[in-house]
Amino acid sequence: MERLLEQIINGLQLGFVYALIALGYTMVYGIIKLINFAHGDVFMIGAFIGYFAYTFWGFSLWGAVLIAMILCAVLGVLIERIAYRPLRYAPRIAALISALGVSLFLEYFCSLKFVFGPNFRVVQPPVKQIHWNLGGIPITNIQIIIVAVVILLLLVLQYLVYRTKIGTAMRAVSFDHDAARLMGINVDFIIAFTFALGSALAAAGGVLYTLAYPQIHPFMGIMPGLKAFTAAVLGGIGIIPGAVLGSLIMGQVETLTAAYLTSQMRDAIAFLILIIVLLVRPSGILGRGGPEKV
Amino acid sequence: MERYFCTLLRRRERVRLALLGGLLASLYGALKLLSLAGLINEYWQRVLDQALITTIGALGLSIIYGFAGQFSLGHAAFYGIGAYTAGIIGKVWSQGSITFFLLALLAGTLAASFIAFLLGIPILRLRSDYLGIATLGFGVIVRVALENSNRFYPPLGGATGMTGIPQVANFDWIFWFTVGTLILVCNLIASSYGRAWLSIREDEMAADTLGINTTRYKITAFVLGCGLAGLAGGLYAYRYPYLHPSSFDFLKSFDFLLIVVLGGLGSISGTVVTAICWVFLLEGLRIILGQAFVDWRGVIYAVILIVTVLLRPQGLFSGKEWRLLFPSRDQDGTWGKEGKHASLRG
Repeated sequence: MERLLEQIINGLQLGFVYALIALGYTMVYGIIKLINFAHGDVFMIGAFIGYFAYTFWGFSLWGAVLIAMILCAVLGVLIERIAYRPLRYAPRIAALISALGVSLFLEYFCSLKFVFGPNFRVVQPPVKQIHWNLGGIPITNIQIIIVAVVILLLLVLQYLVYRTKIGTAMRAVSFDHDAARLMGINVDFIIAFTFALGSALAAAGGVLYTLAYPQIHPFMGIMPGLKAFTAAVLGGIGIIPGAVLGSLIMGQVETLTAAYLTSQMRDAIAFLILIIVLLVRPSGILGRGGPEKV
Repeated sequence: MERYFCTLLRRRERVRLALLGGLLASLYGALKLLSLAGLINEYWQRVLDQALITTIGALGLSIIYGFAGQFSLGHAAFYGIGAYTAGIIGKVWSQGSITFFLLALLAGTLAASFIAFLLGIPILRLRSDYLGIATLGFGVIVRVALENSNRFYPPLGGATGMTGIPQVANFDWIFWFTVGTLILVCNLIASSYGRAWLSIREDEMAADTLGINTTRYKITAFVLGCGLAGLAGGLYAYRYPYLHPSSFDFLKSFDFLLIVVLGGLGSISGTVVTAICWVFLLEGLRIILGQAFVDWRGVIYAVILIVTVLLRPQGLFSGKEWRLLFPSRDQDGTWGKEGKHASLRG
């Protein structure tokens, strides 16, 4: 029983980290219908910046999170400006290929010796892990930090998207670019802002990830990226609560498979569930599949 | 008058076949001569063979995505299924006999097709990105299965990879298999199947309304395309002595996708040229950059990719075909004018 609880809490921690990545995927997809394959690599760069910030530059954990978020937001805007904006009116597949290119570029560029280097680095997290036992529930301070930070960011995001002017503009652009432009919304700015927001969240996810899984390397973003995207599809892509729900499910599936079946099967099981969900509910758990139009 | 056109057409077709046959035979002869003269060394021969094998696989994806418009991100899974199926037959039973080699290729092709059929029936109902992500998931599942395959059957090697397949596929086999595939695909595209696929790609609902059994044609395209990936995989297994699950993961699927998209969706000539150029580019970079800059290979590869797609989002050969490849048509000459419709839609 204790083991099950422990695994569920581990899964929660993983799920919340995935949620931060999945939100970026889902917002970008919602607004320009692009699977931003480079997003997992932004997460990786966020993890590296966080690591450098708290190991070498003398920042605290919060400072590291903040600086990673800011730098990655800039990176996200740059990526959008250079690789996606010129293809906005090109066929959708062109932007997807460009996204793949950016993803490969970030991975290989970061593997260069004078950037991050191709090897694994072991991270010394700035927070010492403390094990607690809250009424029979085994929990660590790192898990509490991760869950608390993610919930805080989610609340901020929720407020931003549903209660502010810029959030309204984002939803308008995702609904219809042309109509939004006619209403006086600066569509290019809103799209850039969405990239900045998504990338900042991924960066925060990256830094938090290093606390729980203290090993980083330039290709670490691929699998979490794919899984987070899968989670976004699972919950219903383009829908913010859906991304969180999907991520939490993904996190549980992954940890429980690793704990009770074999750890090699966890990717297979996660994607098997995705395929089944897509077949039963193609628009995702929270998605609304509208009737097909001609 | 009509009879006159018919004979004209038939004569044009005969000329075309003679020209095409002559060209292919002289290409083959030239490459053979070069390798006999020692101008193509063992290393470049392997690169060339890899390029041809990649062409076969890419032609498969060209049918699925370029013509039928079904977005697949799991093509390498079928390549892997073909390679492992053909490879295990060769490793366990064949001792390098040619008959077994051909049987194993057939088995690899059929295995990939059969699995594509089973997978295609449920998932081809999905549209565009959803189909892409489902096939991507299938690719991950296949990779995990291959990594754990030694638990069910030790000779498959699992995560350590599989060795010991007799290396009987030489340049001659691979070249003529590529030519065969190319002719098959071109004729299919010019047939009623090709027209049905194009109509599904352009507008599935309109195709359905016009009485095209869209499910059937989508599955046919998927099964055929994946079968070609299986054939390519089989050839790969018999040409390169080491199979590893990581050679068949989603990065490989992206390779096929890049080739088909950069070549221009719905262009056979584009797919062939891009596939060959792509493989040579990857290897060429290794030579040009030398040992000191070998780390830069991935960066340059990525930059070339981004720049190409920014400059030509519609693909290098979009809407252009080498007409010699296709059966002659009447005076309207439909082929080569596909440009406007072949605009790629996701």
